[in-house]
Amino acid sequence: MPEIAVTDARGTEAERNAVADSIAIQSPGLITFDAIGPALLFDGDRVARSGAERIFNRRHLLLPVLHALRDAIGHISQGGVNEIAQALQIPPAEVFGVASFYELFTFEAAGADDIVRVCDDTACRISGALALSSELAADGRVVHASPCLGLCEQAPAVFVQRTGEQHVSVRSATKAKVDEALAGTMTTPVPPVPQDRADLTLLARVHDPLAVDYDGYVARDGYQALAKAVSMTPVEVIAHVSDAGLTGRGGAGFPTGFKWSAVAGEDGPRHLVVNADESEPGTFKDRVLIEHDPYSLIEAMTIAGYALGAEQGWIYIRGEYPEATRSLKSAIAEARSKGLLGDDVGGYGFCFDIEVRLGAGAYICGEETALLNSIEGYRGEPRNKPPFPTTSGLFGRPTAINNVETMVNVNQIMMLGGDAFAKLGEGRSTGTKLFCLSGHVQRPGVYEVTYGATLGELLDLAGGVVGNMKSILMGGAAGSFIGPDMLDVPLTIEASRENGFSLGSGVVMVLNDTVDFDDFVARIAQFFGDESCGQCVPCRVGTVRQSESLLRIRDKGARVEEERVMLDDFAKVMADASICGLGHTASGAILSAFDLGLIGGSQ
Amino acid sequence: MFGAGGGTVSYEEIETTDLIIMWGSNAREAHPIFFHHALTGVRNGAKMISVDPRRSQTAKFADLWLGLNVGTDIALANGVGKCILDNNLQNDEFIAHSTQNLEAYRESIDEWTLARTAAVTGLPEYAIAELAEAYATAPTAQICWTLGITEHHTGAENVMALCNLSLLTGHVGRYGSGLVPVRGQNNVQGGGDMGALPNKLTGFQDVTDNKIRAKFEAAWDCTIPAEPGLHLTLMFEAMERGELTTVFCIGENPADSEADINHARKVLEGLDMLVVQDIFLTRTAELADVVLPASAGWAETEGTVTNSERRVQRSRKALEPPGDAKDDLEIINMIADRMSPGWGNPSAGDMWEEVRAVSPMHGGMSWERLEEHGGLQWPCPTIDHPGTLFLHGWLWEPDLAGRDPAPFTVNEWRPHVDQVDDYYPLLMTTGRVLDSYNTGVQSDGYNSPIRSGETLDMNPTDAANLGVETGSRVEVSSRRATIDMTIRVQPDLPVGLTFTTYHFADTTDTNQLTIEAWDKKSGTAEFKATAINVEPKVNVSNA
Repeated sequence: MPEIAVTDARGTEAERNAVADSIAIQSPGLITFDAIGPALLFDGDRVARSGAERIFNRRHLLLPVLHALRDAIGHISQGGVNEIAQALQIPPAEVFGVASFYELFTFEAAGADDIVRVCDDTACRISGALALSSELAADGRVVHASPCLGLCEQAPAVFVQRTGEQHVSVRSATKAKVDEALAGTMTTPVPPVPQDRADLTLLARVHDPLAVDYDGYVARDGYQALAKAVSMTPVEVIAHVSDAGLTGRGGAGFPTGFKWSAVAGEDGPRHLVVNADESEPGTFKDRVLIEHDPYSLIEAMTIAGYALGAEQGWIYIRGEYPEATRSLKSAIAEARSKGLLGDDVGGYGFCFDIEVRLGAGAYICGEETALLNSIEGYRGEPRNKPPFPTTSGLFGRPTAINNVETMVNVNQIMMLGGDAFAKLGEGRSTGTKLFCLSGHVQRPGVYEVTYGATLGELLDLAGGVVGNMKSILMGGAAGSFIGPDMLDVPLTIEASRENGFSLGSGVVMVLNDTVDFDDFVARIAQFFGDESCGQCVPCRVGTVRQSESLLRIRDKGARVEEERVMLDDFAKVMADASICGLGHTASGAILSAFDLGLIGGSQ
Repeated sequence: MFGAGGGTVSYEEIETTDLIIMWGSNAREAHPIFFHHALTGVRNGAKMISVDPRRSQTAKFADLWLGLNVGTDIALANGVGKCILDNNLQNDEFIAHSTQNLEAYRESIDEWTLARTAAVTGLPEYAIAELAEAYATAPTAQICWTLGITEHHTGAENVMALCNLSLLTGHVGRYGSGLVPVRGQNNVQGGGDMGALPNKLTGFQDVTDNKIRAKFEAAWDCTIPAEPGLHLTLMFEAMERGELTTVFCIGENPADSEADINHARKVLEGLDMLVVQDIFLTRTAELADVVLPASAGWAETEGTVTNSERRVQRSRKALEPPGDAKDDLEIINMIADRMSPGWGNPSAGDMWEEVRAVSPMHGGMSWERLEEHGGLQWPCPTIDHPGTLFLHGWLWEPDLAGRDPAPFTVNEWRPHVDQVDDYYPLLMTTGRVLDSYNTGVQSDGYNSPIRSGETLDMNPTDAANLGVETGSRVEVSSRRATIDMTIRVQPDLPVGLTFTTYHFADTTDTNQLTIEAWDKKSGTAEFKATAINVEPKVNVSNA
């Protein structure tokens, strides 16, 4: 046993098997590690192999093994922790430390095979989530409150985490639907496409039921972008991406071509990582893309692998996206079987494959370096930058990390050419953007518009607002509230900034006058307090103090002006001194709500 | 001269070496500071191989662990040597230039085929071959050992067998490659270097050498015996014969630490006069006629200490000794002054200047320089000498710096003395754990969350056969005594081998069981191999 044993508990047979099976199989998508089986290997009782390299090559298996254990027995047990510690030669305290970081791992048996996680965050909160939660709990179900599940356009949303069965999302949830899901009789209708398909590029194949499999994809221009890419040199591919002016669509807006050039210029091996952790409240575009057009992501990643000289691709997808995960894995397996992933992609002479890794409920793992730590098998805590992932990323190797939507734009860029792509949009905001409309609009959903359309035009596409609009939350919990006076603002990076807000990940959550803003904003504050990774004092303490302040206002009638003074203080410390973007943005939306006079409604 | 008692390499070299062999060393627990350097090496890409009958905490860090039978190190070393020669992996140029006696060595190990070595050591043939190839082909490599090699009745020969391997492969006398006897206490190296040995004067200079003796007699104005004195084990034999009747024991607790302890205690009790100078009332002190309370060496005294990389460092006083306890040096000065009036009370600094004058290897180590450089490694003969990183560089010089080529030696394997049989079917080996220090004098005075008291660690199969489990009380007998112990089931032990420490002599007097069989060259007893019988204690109320 590793040195400091928490207890002597050994795993049950089911637990041992779950652990052993999950590390015994070499995943076909993982081509950069030649390591399967336990980190400690005995030959009789006189010879053993272990050691730093062997253990290092298996550390990244920790998160998948924890998932396997949890899915087999419903929670993370003491004996299971010790079995994992033995198998991977990681101290039990560290196994526990990693497991306890994640929301989806619990340490006591739930008392039921299914944990019903009801989203009580932003969009679902104003769509009856709390009442649904009480209803389900009264029925004897094990109910946990959940932060945003990325199903805001079909609020309220429920994620059913099961034992020994596939997990399930229930959309537009009711108690009856949840019961159907548990009985296996629920159907998930494909929502109609809100926009005219002729106007769409990124969403052209989404919601087209015939486009989901390989043949359907190919029949609708699939894999032509890859053919174009390999007809050029990798350097030319990157040049097109740079010329296109593509910037990150996950919220940070970093120039993609610049990032790719940096990585391609470093010595290999290099990694390509796609961030599908999509946990910003109000965001669901990546989920829609992956559920309904998974091949576009695979093709785009393959192009990126070619351009970067990266043989190993990774998709880190949040654990609360079971349908998207299944759709993705199925598409990847099919692509591999067609020779479009693996040793000689499409016969074009380069090697590329994709490994899918599941998150386990941690918003901070959407931060790029926290995501890398999570894949590597550590707590999802962000790293200090520099060094940046382009020089030292996954396993210390040069790594390009991109958002899902950013990636699928690469297919467009290949088809149009970089210059033509750059002509779409306005100024530095080139191409089209996906916006996530939710809350009080007629037709919530993902909308694609060219950069430069106004906010008002976007709301019209969604059928207009419901009721009297009071405010719009732009960019999610990490964004800001704006007033109804902003409808003429063009949706570009520059124009939004000039008007004091940011487009972020594309969240447009409309809120009418039925919203209890004291409660809504307190929930946002609580979200950051829960999701702070805890490694730096400004954020760990600041987000909690902020949350306490908003709760005082909501529950105890605390005076807004007094609380505002303290909140400004916390905001300054967090903005100045936090290690990562969570701390930097945790107070933005809250202070903007104060500025708009939305807080203290009861006063 | 090859074989001088000091590690041949520096700590910094292990951080960049290619291969580290921990052969009979559980440095993780017994030498944690040194092990940090080894781990830095591992992090920098070094491979580590652990050769140890049990899968110790050190072995858990190793890429490869070889669990050889207790006391078969010469067999394994000879087998590795033959495997290297058979596969032509030896360093011919180095052997021709820097060594002698290869043919005698080659002949002596000819019988150690892989098959024979495997049969004696209990290791599979491929593992022996893997060790041989790894050591011979590594660009740089170090063999580190401690009591796993020396606490045998063939301890000195065990060391020589390992030295042979370094000569065979040229892994000595150059940066990154060498032989590392990791010293136990922070200053056991220093103690020997100062001359607390029966055959060496200060600076590891031979007492039988007339010129050396003359130099010291001039410096000290006295006559020095021309023959070596008695080491500890010989002292006990002399005590038993009634020839040695007075003992002045400083900072040693033989009433707990000697093998076959009942015998040792009887002998100590028979002395005419026993004076003990120590920091606590140890079991030895309880037997004494006079007890002189002394200072704690790491905090209450001024001087120098020398570590396993031959580095002499300044040690500074931070506290006054409590109550009537006095500085060790002051006590000795007070006795000396009574024996030789006018001796005075020379300070540690005064003493050190004298050391520099008579010990060439310390010659350049003024206290100022030691402070300025954070310590200096001997040999450091002159005031401008920077100290010596690694030893035996002369092996690689064109003319061997005028010395004779280093000799291969012939070492016969002999099985350990206390063999198992039907009456004593299990083997017990002893060692140390991280948290405690030998007989506990320096470590038991404070609490520690990881110190759990004494157990007899046993393989699960053996435990099942005996019908015992962790926590069971058992009677453990050797051919010398019987004591009660508590079982702890330990899967990292091979079948047939048990393990314990002697850190808790008050509750578990392990050394009652151990055998005194000692190495004629080194005087160290075979603590590593005791044949035992284990019986579950019958609970009287259940009988």
